[in-house]
Amino acid sequence: MNRLMERYLRLDALPTLFCAGCGNGIIQYAAISAIENLGIRKDTALVSGIGCSSWIPCYLNMDVMHTTHGRALAFAQGLKLARPGKKVIVFTGDGDCLAIGGNHLLHACKRNIDITVILVNNHIYGMTGGQKSPATPENAVTKTSPFGAYDEPMQGAEIAMSLGATYVARWTAAHPVQLQKSIEAGIKHKGFSLIEVISQCPTQSGKSVYGNKDPAFIINYLKQNSFIYKEGMEEPSGRIKCGILLHDNDKPEYIERMENKTEQYRKRL
Amino acid sequence: MKISIDKGLCKGCGICLSICPKNVYGFSANRNSYGSSMPEAVSESECIGCSLCERMCPDAAINVEEEQKCG
Ligand SMILES: Cc1ncc(C[n+]2csc(CCOP(=O)(O)OP(=O)(O)O)c2C)c(N)n1
Ligand code: SF4
Ligand SMILES: [Mg+2]
Repeated sequence: MNRLMERYLRLDALPTLFCAGCGNGIIQYAAISAIENLGIRKDTALVSGIGCSSWIPCYLNMDVMHTTHGRALAFAQGLKLARPGKKVIVFTGDGDCLAIGGNHLLHACKRNIDITVILVNNHIYGMTGGQKSPATPENAVTKTSPFGAYDEPMQGAEIAMSLGATYVARWTAAHPVQLQKSIEAGIKHKGFSLIEVISQCPTQSGKSVYGNKDPAFIINYLKQNSFIYKEGMEEPSGRIKCGILLHDNDKPEYIERMENKTEQYRKRL
Repeated sequence: MKISIDKGLCKGCGICLSICPKNVYGFSANRNSYGSSMPEAVSESECIGCSLCERMCPDAAINVEEEQKCG
């Protein structure tokens, strides 16, 4: 067994329930190595919603809150307000975060509350058997889009930027080192960070999105069909835009603002 | 480098075979606890210790370590 993972995983719960080659395990490794590198295991609380991707933190020997579908961000914000000293990391899927949880995403981004979100975008509802999600690409045939999806897929990272998040990055499961670095940067950033990971669900999106259920095929596809964005560059069309898309240190953070406000109020008394 | 693959954790997804820049892995006749084919570090001596396979294994099954030198 991997020596690093051995120190973090709940050995009695292994092997994980994830299908062979699922991207969730790759993201789990990146998150653990970020936490280990920053030395924050004891100061971190992990929160997730419902879905296969929301099981990522449940296998860890850490403080974990596995909540209800779509509500991970609501619980995480409550936790952060009650325990502002904790680093709060949220694991959420494209269905969990963008569909049922979209409203919570809107408000958490707008507040710029100091939470780090890892949005696992496998373009589908993996856990429930392959229904279309808001992030499913056009023309993908899923259980609930039998003639092919006919609406434009939602872009989680761009939506977070437009709503007021202050650290936003996108990587794929084929970029494990960059992903780890972005998770570290997101945790260190004081404000709302969202790291979108384009991940593979070989079982469902393998069939519906890539037309091939081989995990190695999808990893190669993600590597070849993505590019790393640098400011000012001409962007190739039809490829996944990866990289650090936004890093804004100027916007005040929510809890800081709240404390300033209460301080001002106290002075007036 | 010493590469070990955990038979109880490996699910035989084949990612390590495809991403290793030195093509260290090949499928073996061995079966993991799931009953699928297991990779084997057939060219272990070629390993440069980049740890990509450790990071990309979704099941924490792979460990790559500097070989302990005796004496
Ligand atoms: C309130 C509620 N509605 C619906 C469900 C059923 N449900 C469970 S997981 C899921 C979708 C998960 O999709 P996603 O967040 O993309 O996670 P994935 O499994 O793809 O990682 C749904 C609809 C539920 N558990 N609770
Ligand atoms: S259904 Fe998809 S997302 Fe869920 S464990 Fe299997 S491969 Fe992963
Ligand atoms: Mg999903």
